[in-house]
Amino acid sequence: MIRSEYIIELAYLVATALFILALKWMSSPRTARRGVRAGELGMLLAIAGTLFHHGIVDYRWIAIALVLGTIIGVPLGMVQMTAVPQRTALSHAFGALCVTLVGTAEYYLHAPQVDRFMMVVLGLEVILGSLTFTGSLMAAGKLQEVLPQRPITFRGQNLVNLGILALAIALAAYLVVSPGQTWLFPVIVVIGLLFGVLMIIPIGGADMPTVISLLNSYAGLSAAAMGFVLNSKLLIIAGALDGASGFILSVNMSKAMNRSFSNVLFGAFGQAQAGAAGTQQARPVRSATADEAAAILAAASKVVIVPGYGMAVAQAQHKVRELFDALTRRGVDVKFAIHPVAGRMPGHMNVLLAEADIPYDHLIGMEDINSDFPQTDVALVIGANDVTNPAARNDASSPIYGMPILDVDKARTVMVIKRGMSPGFAGIDNPLYYLDRTLMLFGDARAFVGAIVHELAGGDHH
Amino acid sequence: MNIDIITSLYVFMLAAFIGFEVIRRVSPLLHTPLMSLTNALDAIAVVGAIILVGEGKSTLATVFGTIAIVAAMSNVMGGFVITDRMLRMFKASGAKK
Repeated sequence: MIRSEYIIELAYLVATALFILALKWMSSPRTARRGVRAGELGMLLAIAGTLFHHGIVDYRWIAIALVLGTIIGVPLGMVQMTAVPQRTALSHAFGALCVTLVGTAEYYLHAPQVDRFMMVVLGLEVILGSLTFTGSLMAAGKLQEVLPQRPITFRGQNLVNLGILALAIALAAYLVVSPGQTWLFPVIVVIGLLFGVLMIIPIGGADMPTVISLLNSYAGLSAAAMGFVLNSKLLIIAGALDGASGFILSVNMSKAMNRSFSNVLFGAFGQAQAGAAGTQQARPVRSATADEAAAILAAASKVVIVPGYGMAVAQAQHKVRELFDALTRRGVDVKFAIHPVAGRMPGHMNVLLAEADIPYDHLIGMEDINSDFPQTDVALVIGANDVTNPAARNDASSPIYGMPILDVDKARTVMVIKRGMSPGFAGIDNPLYYLDRTLMLFGDARAFVGAIVHELAGGDHH
Repeated sequence: MNIDIITSLYVFMLAAFIGFEVIRRVSPLLHTPLMSLTNALDAIAVVGAIILVGEGKSTLATVFGTIAIVAAMSNVMGGFVITDRMLRMFKASGAKK
């Protein structure tokens, strides 16, 4: 090794340590920003070190590409918080694109002298990379609602999909034996691209948190494979960390949706949702007006607000913050109950509430808040439905039976802000709405919360 | 199989274990910024693309590598910018405005 190479490797070593620290500091909101600084520093060191690589003879295209990437990247970092899921999906696509292109170029630089292990890894890299590329583009399209969110399913879909994936793997295996068949390589990439599209077609909007996490994991693993090909330890480690992160989040999300992990791995998420509609009968519900709701809230000492994505759709976060302030000023203890799949990606609801200036120590996860509901005076559900459905706990015939839910029905009074009695995403009726202790607050979430806040403020003048 | 591959496998395995242990401890509050941060770190793949383009061994390598740098670099910039924007919004009760 020549001396510059030692220095570069040393820069990579420091970058690796900084990357691990970056993730470690994400353990708490207090240290998380330090984590970003560490990551940025590591990235800067690694890129700067690489530019001194002795093999680099021409910097023109590198400079142009780095500038162009920056021009595209910065605006993508400035999107609205509700658009973060689609931005994330898009960035998985970009990462996968990079990996696929580099893998393809490396293959043609070395073919036909590609040793077997290298060919195995290259195959893995481009199959994972290409399917993640189109899969993530599809996911981003569904989230941005430029593609239909409804799942598209047909008979034998899983068989067709698995067959296509098996074909790509078989072709890659053939290349391992005879790496000189250069025409096969693009065929594998095209099949991977096709599989990515087919994988996402059957998936509906409600399953996006799981899908994004899974694609995150794939993107990481494909980058790790690229690290094997380039013999870059830094890339192997970054890819493994990303892959592990995506894997853990996928498992979290599938547990929160009560899907088995094999169900997730085979991409058949959309299908457990059919059925059970049409069982609705006209049962009586109790409803209340904004001033009645305000009076009950003002008399409470402990209130838990349960936000769902419907709250974000109605752009009600800031009104909810005003409600939080008004109640807190009256000495009411207000907490937010966050279901793991509230929002369009893992943790999304926390970001939306933090954006509305709600302090993070009032955002409580499902497992910690559930024991609080029996001591809660009012549980206020805003734009959430299935995650509050007690049928998941006590009705074995319900399609969502077994799904972990927020036990809002154990609160002394339940209030549900809802436009009408239509069922939620999964098309399942919610027995919560017919309980004696439940008051339905019919209306637009933003307008209704605003009216409650107004009533509470009016009460102050008396 | 040469010794590099074995070393790489060890590195991968150890990194995966570290990843699981470190990520398990990440606050669920921060799972969205976690994903955008790991995404930015993952874009370290840009170094492979930089060498590929810089060595200029074939037209294909230069073209594909250049696109790859653009894609990865946009993840680096976008990922860090949005992660920091999100984390700035997380405030504790005491520290209002």
